[in-house]
Amino acid sequence: MSDCRSCADFSRSQLLRAAAGAGLPAVEPGMPTPAGTGLTRRAFVSRAAGLALAVYGVDKLGFTALDDGIAHAATGGRVLVSVFLQGGADALSLLYPADDATYLKLRPQLALPASAGPFFAEDTRLHWHPSLAPIATLHGEGKVAVLPSIGYDHPDQSHFTSRHYWEVGATDPRLLTGWLGRYLDAVGTGDNPLQGLSLDGSLSPTLATTKVPVAAIDGTNYGFWTQNVWGKPEDRLYESLAAIGTASKSAAGDIALQSLRLREQMLPFAGDGNTPPFKSPVAYPQSGDSQFPQQLAGLAAMLAAGLPLTCVAVEAAGSYDTHSDQATGFATDVALTASSLLAFQRDLEARGLQDRVVVHVWSEFGRRAEENGSAGTDHGAAGTGFLIGSRVNGQQVGEFPGLTTGLDVDGNLVPTSDFRGVYASLLEQWFDFDASQVLPNASSFARTKLIR
Amino acid sequence: MGIPVFRGTFGPAQAERLLWRAGFGPRRGDVARTAKLGLAGAVRSLTRPGTETLVGPEPHDEKGNPLAPFDAWGHDHLWWLDRMVRTTTPLVERMTLIWHDWFATSNDQVGSQELMIDQNNLFRSKALGNFSDLLLSVTQDPAMLIWLNGIENRKGAPNENYGRELMELFTLGADRPGGYTEDDVREQARSFTGFRADWSDSLGRYTNFRFDPKRHDTGTKTVFGKTGTFDYTDSCKLVLQHPNHASFFVGKLWSYFVPAAPDTATMNALCAMYAASYEVQPVVEAILMHPAVYTGPAMVKPPVVYNAGLLRALGRGIDTSDWVWLGDEAGQRLFYPPNVAGWDDTRWLDTATFRGRWDIANYAFMTTSRSEKARVPRTAAKLYAAALASSGSPHVSAGTDKLLRAYVSAALADAKETWEQEQYPPLIFNALRQLVAVTPDFQTS
Repeated sequence: MSDCRSCADFSRSQLLRAAAGAGLPAVEPGMPTPAGTGLTRRAFVSRAAGLALAVYGVDKLGFTALDDGIAHAATGGRVLVSVFLQGGADALSLLYPADDATYLKLRPQLALPASAGPFFAEDTRLHWHPSLAPIATLHGEGKVAVLPSIGYDHPDQSHFTSRHYWEVGATDPRLLTGWLGRYLDAVGTGDNPLQGLSLDGSLSPTLATTKVPVAAIDGTNYGFWTQNVWGKPEDRLYESLAAIGTASKSAAGDIALQSLRLREQMLPFAGDGNTPPFKSPVAYPQSGDSQFPQQLAGLAAMLAAGLPLTCVAVEAAGSYDTHSDQATGFATDVALTASSLLAFQRDLEARGLQDRVVVHVWSEFGRRAEENGSAGTDHGAAGTGFLIGSRVNGQQVGEFPGLTTGLDVDGNLVPTSDFRGVYASLLEQWFDFDASQVLPNASSFARTKLIR
Repeated sequence: MGIPVFRGTFGPAQAERLLWRAGFGPRRGDVARTAKLGLAGAVRSLTRPGTETLVGPEPHDEKGNPLAPFDAWGHDHLWWLDRMVRTTTPLVERMTLIWHDWFATSNDQVGSQELMIDQNNLFRSKALGNFSDLLLSVTQDPAMLIWLNGIENRKGAPNENYGRELMELFTLGADRPGGYTEDDVREQARSFTGFRADWSDSLGRYTNFRFDPKRHDTGTKTVFGKTGTFDYTDSCKLVLQHPNHASFFVGKLWSYFVPAAPDTATMNALCAMYAASYEVQPVVEAILMHPAVYTGPAMVKPPVVYNAGLLRALGRGIDTSDWVWLGDEAGQRLFYPPNVAGWDDTRWLDTATFRGRWDIANYAFMTTSRSEKARVPRTAAKLYAAALASSGSPHVSAGTDKLLRAYVSAALADAKETWEQEQYPPLIFNALRQLVAVTPDFQTS
């Protein structure tokens, strides 16, 4: 994005004032919907005011290039969103072999009837879980690649070890950077925490870097407030914290610096404290239990506002460690996750951003083929994954191995695709980047066509 | 065989670090008092405390109501935070927090603040006691029996959840040389069969937790190559006798007090000390006397320790429920660890949790923040001294001290207009306290 300095002339404030005024500028064909679409007029006004303050602060702090975000949007930077189904989601419920005699035998309480869910068009042995209907819809539009049995050899049935492998992109317990973190270390910049964004209020290990800053937020408001501190003493407060953070040369100091930088980047979303800082062009599911729909709604608005995001990590709605009474909670959690993902895709389409985003849905493992005695399932091996997006090649990767010959000695599904092969393919085909710079032994994993 | 002991000067800086690492930071006067005791005296005052008393204002919510920790939303968090703020036995409270992280159980699934607090009192009563005893109690603890499906694990229908996490997270560690196998997981699940409870509609939770011999699988099991008709007491013993247990225990316990792993000699000596009896107190005492605590790198304070410490420094009691959402924002809502592995103590700080800490500091100072019209010193040196004293006089490095002074001078010099000269000093006082609390110096100990 640094090669687009001229774009900085098209300043954010000019754009905002124009968009907030009576006469909206004409949108050229093919140009993304203008930044800030959906923001209320009041938010625009406060945003413009905030900007003047930010520029002052930036000057003092020696930070540069506030307008990188616009430049990034103008160049159509591609975004990968990692959605984690936490706990080990049950593959044999997400896509279930309704008429398989072994399935009925292994799942006396949990088996779903054929009539419950629609056929999976690519493999009619399988049916979609009824709660996955929104994903089935997108699949019908050619926007979903299903990975019906994804995993790795010598599976580890610990949540934490297996999740770690997926996060770091290797079966190496000692690797401490995320696979997307290493990609950002290679292509990212030193002044843009938003390039790797965790939406769950704490850093996702998948995005852990060693060189470049990354950010975590909880919601889209990232303002700082100190009671009875305003005006120049407040500006000086941020300036002084930056100086102390720099001088300390410590991890805690670095976080302070990154937080101050992120604060500036997020000023467009500061809002006015009364109205939400953005509006969505589509309705998202309502949920009192999970922030997932709102996190995706905020993400779409941030992309539309031109914020310079590249890799994003978020946990799906619900918890998938279903050791007991699996059926009800699983159905609810999958339904909320799937309907939120559908709304997100529709949101991107409404904003003209659909060609910039791919969503990768994964879980640390699948579950045991045989149910346990608590109407649940214990830890297993291979699981189900999805890739979602308008640019996704909508064909399954690997196939369902079946339950007759497709189970390992522990009674768990064997993998027919490897997560590292998917990572390598995404790096090469979505980010046009040499996977061997990110993934150990990258050449040893088979590639598949994931992007069209 | 001897475990190294810190021989350097035990002054105020060392005493302050000890009070943060083994507790929740100093109250007014604690640093000087602790430094005077010398290293051994100071450590023993924590590891061998007298009877606990709670000092300071009684807790209440923002409406002045007393806390209802079993019933009211968030009052579980406030109830425990109050103990941390008011306790005179801070290491007992800190060990309780460590066990909560070690045997991480979340009310997200337990669904009963009362059962969570029962478990919390179990951790407190055995805080510095015997790990073998603690493990056996935790295995039968109602909140744990719900959390890891112990009450659903029965003969003929085993549930592996507790047996696996017991070995992976509580006693042995995953994927270590000479570790357990998947077969051990399955066999352990059978050993732990037999616990049950009854659902109560009136309570809205499980009740009458008990061991039912009829639900226990009495058959022979093979665990770690040993065969027998094991039950839960046998299985708890088997994991403690496993060659990987002592090193797992010592390594994990050490990590709560020192951010870098112990050297091999220290590790071996602590393992020998621990394995002789499974007593926790001598091991903690040896760790707190170790040079690594005082000469090693600073450690990030856990969010709830940071929060309790600010309130202790200010002498402020629990008077608002804001600490609940603030704890969440900073990454540590008590009784709701993120998963059974507990909080990731190596990743407390990121941009989101930093802002949570910023907000905690702002809310801690809020009740004593100065208005624009307040009278505060007008000269840089006196204003700085007043703000620092009012933040509990925390230790700051020479470099940070210089930059804080520079802030006061520059901010005072910004005041050109008369109204600015009148109103800026109290604003600077407030800003300075906030700044001190969010410096890397104060985020770590």
